[in-house]
Amino acid sequence: MIKIRELVKAYGKLTAVNRLTLDIGENEIFGLLGANGAGKTTTIHMLATLLKPTSGSATVNGYDIVTQPAKVRSSIGIVFQAPSSDDILTGYENLHLHSMLYSVPRQIRRKRIEEVLELVGLADRKNDQVKTYSGGMRRRLEIARGLLHKPKVMFLDEPTLGLDPASREVMWKYVRTLVEEEKITVILTTHYMEEADMLCDRIAIIDKGKIVALDTPAGLKAGLGGDVIRLKTKDPQAAKLAERFDFVNRVEHSNGFLVLSVRDARKALPILLQQVEAESAEFSSPTLNDVFIQITGRNIDKEQAEGGFMERFAKYD
Amino acid sequence: MIEAHLTKLYALWLREFKVFLREKSRLVASTFTPILWLFVIGSGLGAANPSTIPGVDYQLFIFPGIVAMSIIFSSVFFGSYIIWDRKFDFLKSVMVAPVSRASVFVGKTLGGMTTSLIQASILLAIGAVIGVPFTPLSIIQAVTVILLMSFGLTSLGLALGSYMYSLEGFQMIVSFVVFPLFFLSGALFPLDNLPDWLWVLTAVDPATYGVDALRHAMLGTGSNSFEIDMAILTAYTAALGLFGIFSFKRMKAV
Repeated sequence: MIKIRELVKAYGKLTAVNRLTLDIGENEIFGLLGANGAGKTTTIHMLATLLKPTSGSATVNGYDIVTQPAKVRSSIGIVFQAPSSDDILTGYENLHLHSMLYSVPRQIRRKRIEEVLELVGLADRKNDQVKTYSGGMRRRLEIARGLLHKPKVMFLDEPTLGLDPASREVMWKYVRTLVEEEKITVILTTHYMEEADMLCDRIAIIDKGKIVALDTPAGLKAGLGGDVIRLKTKDPQAAKLAERFDFVNRVEHSNGFLVLSVRDARKALPILLQQVEAESAEFSSPTLNDVFIQITGRNIDKEQAEGGFMERFAKYD
Repeated sequence: MIEAHLTKLYALWLREFKVFLREKSRLVASTFTPILWLFVIGSGLGAANPSTIPGVDYQLFIFPGIVAMSIIFSSVFFGSYIIWDRKFDFLKSVMVAPVSRASVFVGKTLGGMTTSLIQASILLAIGAVIGVPFTPLSIIQAVTVILLMSFGLTSLGLALGSYMYSLEGFQMIVSFVVFPLFFLSGALFPLDNLPDWLWVLTAVDPATYGVDALRHAMLGTGSNSFEIDMAILTAYTAALGLFGIFSFKRMKAV
């Protein structure tokens, strides 16, 4: 659905996106995960034909982003970081405006608008001015707008930035609906680890404009060496027993605990407990944040959310 | 194909029109100023009996100029809305839609023209009350001039706005574009006996020809002939329209 080859966006000496190569398949939720300024938004803007790449190429739905921008635009829907509807108009009027811009045939305009309003749960507020909407409702209106023309690809740029936890979960629900019911490929950028983990089929971790890791969430976490099991035991043979299992990668002693590194703790633990007499046992899985710290050497959860340097730079250039 | 383009233009125009209808303060504020000029300057200076045109009192003399003033102000100011559109990211959502930049420009300009036309119509009604001798032909002529002027000047405002990223920056336009356009247009004084330097400046001001054409239409008198006014005004309007399309095409989307 999307093919990106050696895509580069440079602002003078600053390379926002650095030779990005990536394929995204059909009906997939693909996450671009990275800190602010990593180049996520710049990438999305290039794919959406809003920015011209410095070099390299990409196709969306088979259309070239540089030479066939109109066809690319008809193929995509996009939800920007900041809501972009006219807040003096009502929700319905905003959708009506865009249905005309996207050449939705006149006869089905009303029906289609009602459908997308229903889908994002805004049908009962459609005749209110957008300025009366909450942040979550505005974001959902943007999704509805992006869906009007039945796009093949939906870009969501930080879809839950600034939303409260409840609205965030609602948003996730709608994103899943897109893929399951509307059969749309979703590309989302986020710097929330939890969001990427919960939603995405595959994740590319972007750091300083480059892809530094690309896998499923489970795959990325498995790359760290799997789960960790901590056993408290008086059995002197325990370590030797544990080492014999082929799912145990590593055995260490730590503060009277036996620390085992295993592929899948849920399966390993019952088997281990049959063989080893333990007073207590606990296990934990690595989080995506652990993966991120390991790969980039930085802790994204501690970084500020709003407007990264690169996004600001890109906006005012 | 053509229908699709027209639908997009209609969509963009409709949005401007709805916003205009909902922001009534805009209409009130921008209609009040010309009325103030008409009655305060018109009556105040008129009391000093300036020799403008024999047999036409000063208030009537400046009336076409005040109509032009309302068009200059509302049209060029309309350009600032492109900066709002950008600030609220609305512009980005339009630019990511399959709509050409030229259509975005024309749709927006039609919105500005509508705004100017509504304001000018209110003034025309006031003009009828204070004794402007309207005929059906003169109204058709006046409306044509108003549409040409507002298209050209809205284009100018939007073009300039497309290069700016802050409303503060647009304030500069007011000082360096709006006021010179107005003061040099001969809205408040006849152009016949001006010093050379001032005459040259008035001659390059597109609004000069709008004011003169309106004066022909409403009072049956002017400095140039009506045909020459219309020809130059049309040329200016076309040039400003092209400048606007050019500016929108090179405008950055993000």
